[in-house]
Amino acid sequence: MGRFVARRLLQMIPVFLGTTALIFFMVHLLPGDPLAALWGDKAPDPVQLAALRHQQHFDEPLIQQYLDYMGGLFTGDFGKALDGRPVLDKITEALPVTVQLALLAFGFEIVLGIGIGLFAGLRRGKVFDKSALVFTLLLISIPVPVLGFLFQTIFGINLKWVKPTVQDSTDITQLVLPAIVLGSLSLAYVARLTRTSIAENIKADYVRTAVAKGLPRRRVIGTHLLRNSLIPVVTFLGTDLGALMGGAIVTEGIFNVQGVGHALYQAINMKEGATVSGFVAFLVIVYLAAGLIVDLLYAVLDPRIRYA
Amino acid sequence: MPVAARARLVLAAATSVVLVATGCSSGGGGGGSGSSDAGKTFSYQSSEPQNPLQPANANEVGGGRIIQNLFKGLVDYDPSTAKIRMQVADKIDTSDSQTFNVTLKDGWKFHDGTPVHAKNFVDAWNWGANPANNQINSSWFSDIEGYQDVHPAGGKPASDKMSGLTVTDDLHFTVKLSHKVSYFEYKLGYIAFSPLPDGFFKDPAGYGQKPVGNGPYQFVSWSHNTEVVTKTFPDYQGVDKPKNGGIVFKMYTTSEAAYADLQSSNLDVMDQVPPSALANYKNDLGDRAIDAPQGAIQNIGFTLYQGDWSSPDKAKVRQGLSMAIDRDVITKTVLQGSRKPATAWVAEGVEGYKDGACGDFCKFDPARAKQLIQDGGGVPGNKLLITYNADGGHKEWVDAVCNSIRQNTGVDCLGDPKPDFKAARAAITSHQLNGAFRTGWVQDYPLNANFLSDVYRTGAASNDFGYSNAQFDDAATKADEAASVADTVSGYQQAEAVLPSGMPAIPLWYYRTNSGYSTKVQNVKFDSFGNPAWTQVEVKG
Repeated sequence: MGRFVARRLLQMIPVFLGTTALIFFMVHLLPGDPLAALWGDKAPDPVQLAALRHQQHFDEPLIQQYLDYMGGLFTGDFGKALDGRPVLDKITEALPVTVQLALLAFGFEIVLGIGIGLFAGLRRGKVFDKSALVFTLLLISIPVPVLGFLFQTIFGINLKWVKPTVQDSTDITQLVLPAIVLGSLSLAYVARLTRTSIAENIKADYVRTAVAKGLPRRRVIGTHLLRNSLIPVVTFLGTDLGALMGGAIVTEGIFNVQGVGHALYQAINMKEGATVSGFVAFLVIVYLAAGLIVDLLYAVLDPRIRYA
Repeated sequence: MPVAARARLVLAAATSVVLVATGCSSGGGGGGSGSSDAGKTFSYQSSEPQNPLQPANANEVGGGRIIQNLFKGLVDYDPSTAKIRMQVADKIDTSDSQTFNVTLKDGWKFHDGTPVHAKNFVDAWNWGANPANNQINSSWFSDIEGYQDVHPAGGKPASDKMSGLTVTDDLHFTVKLSHKVSYFEYKLGYIAFSPLPDGFFKDPAGYGQKPVGNGPYQFVSWSHNTEVVTKTFPDYQGVDKPKNGGIVFKMYTTSEAAYADLQSSNLDVMDQVPPSALANYKNDLGDRAIDAPQGAIQNIGFTLYQGDWSSPDKAKVRQGLSMAIDRDVITKTVLQGSRKPATAWVAEGVEGYKDGACGDFCKFDPARAKQLIQDGGGVPGNKLLITYNADGGHKEWVDAVCNSIRQNTGVDCLGDPKPDFKAARAAITSHQLNGAFRTGWVQDYPLNANFLSDVYRTGAASNDFGYSNAQFDDAATKADEAASVADTVSGYQQAEAVLPSGMPAIPLWYYRTNSGYSTKVQNVKFDSFGNPAWTQVEVKG
């Protein structure tokens, strides 16, 4: 187990280096000059432009810029954005907001998704199962932006239950509505995955054995059936956590959440290599960590899986 | 000011659906007059400033709007008439349009209590012009004598003070220009010419985060990506005393989000309603909706520097193309009334605007259009590419313009999108285009010279066409040397009259401010810069 974790952690190093390098060079390949764009429709002042270029080290060879950047990264220096603020400041501002939003959405989809899936799977073919299928189909077929604007209009503008947008991104209670919108699509997937898995495993030998042993129904479902059925769900949830962290840009836009998605979008738009790479470095770590946790959870859920 | 495309986010606009607009008229009566509370603040939709808040460093809307409230220069423009009016300056005299004697009013103070004196202006301008300070707006000082010494085109600066600026005493200074610019005082209303307090020069970076100005509002706090809070400055000496207690600039990632907040009165005044709401915002907001003219124009420019378009005959082709565009229909349908068809190269409402300067060439006439294009030898290759930036919401109208040209003249016209504003600008300025491109101009100051001199003069900074016409240049130079602003204005009108014959750019339409305000405020009026008359906004008691 320990060796497995150590090996996985070591594997993260080349993946981390590779992705950050890829992003760094890809941002450089984006068309246009971010510094000249500071002047908008006007012709940039050549003296000022040269000075800024020098200040941002854009006049050095790309490989040198990359080495400097990576060197800084390992000493905890994420570089400076074009507006002169340290990238680390931007990350520490945006990341907690997105983590809160993602965890809220994640919790919402786990609790509701697995709950719906479990009951639907146990009552296969019954009314609850049928309506759960229709409900999740509806969620899957409505694009997130539509759902977002719909909820915003109904609950925020018409019913006035909540404020239509997030006034303070650090206040977790205001993030509930965006989190529900954000988690709704995955909720449908989780519910359907769980349902299918439960419905399949309920006929498995070990469940019949457990029932034959006279175990209480609670224990049969909780310990034996659900635990084994969760493996595909956990796989999905692992990748979904990463997606929630980095991919909430549309939802963040609708509800004015000042999180990672928005910061990343702006940085890409302005071709800010240091900012984009910094955020992506964090997201890569989140992804890798989520992947590792999923693999470890396999062993917890299914006694047949052991890591030597 | 250049069209700050970077500040506008269009992502959500692209994905938003008409669904939103159904059945969401938020009730709550209109903006009728009622009692107001001068101590209450109102909120305004903003975007995170992209630079530290230094006057000579803000040329984008996010930072620019905040700075113009924190600082006040020698002059500004009356929000209702767009005419120039004196603020810190008591008077600005000139006898030769080259040396300007400035007299300041006594009693103006910075927010830290120190007086606003002549040296605060001179020091601020010298500091802004210095390339070592990396100020985006430094070229604004280039008219002043000695600018070349402080800000040379190459090599080390010979001086850090412009020789044209002389402080006489606390309340008097003179500005000597390197050439005649009769309308120089109009330029002085731009935020780059704001004064700076003595403390600023010791810690420019710190003051960039916590600015101290002399404007109607003083800085309270800036929480990045959330809001910038200001409050009314009690010692403000300007003619426009605030009728409210301050402005809270709330940062929004999209205008859709801001609009949702406006409808539920969580936001008081917004910048521009999102494209998805254009069709319905007047129904949604009733008499709280705003539809006001803006000093900005949209054009299609041509690559005159390039072989196919350089011959004089091709002017006829450009005139023909202009006449093939049905501006009325496109502004009403595709642009949903958010623009007004242009009849000149200077935007409506600007001092010196001359309705119909473009003449028949801006009128829709397919028969004559066809004839003119034929007379001019046709469009090279019978195909026209219009380059634009895909991140600015331009696709719809470019396609409509192309359809109009194709249907009416048989010229094959296609939009040529570049991924974003940067990429389009890079292609335009490096002269890598072949044919036509989207271009535009937002006034820096409401005077026709700004729309003409900065864009169509030979070698002008924003002359992306490579247009060069001796007649135009002569008229512009003569206008610059005129004895009064009135003469300058008519001089530039003569210069504008030269443009139809060469047609370097096709004027399409003028921008409008389509905006609105919440039920909590009243007396919200927008000026030609697309800004509300900040100090006049009243917050209901």
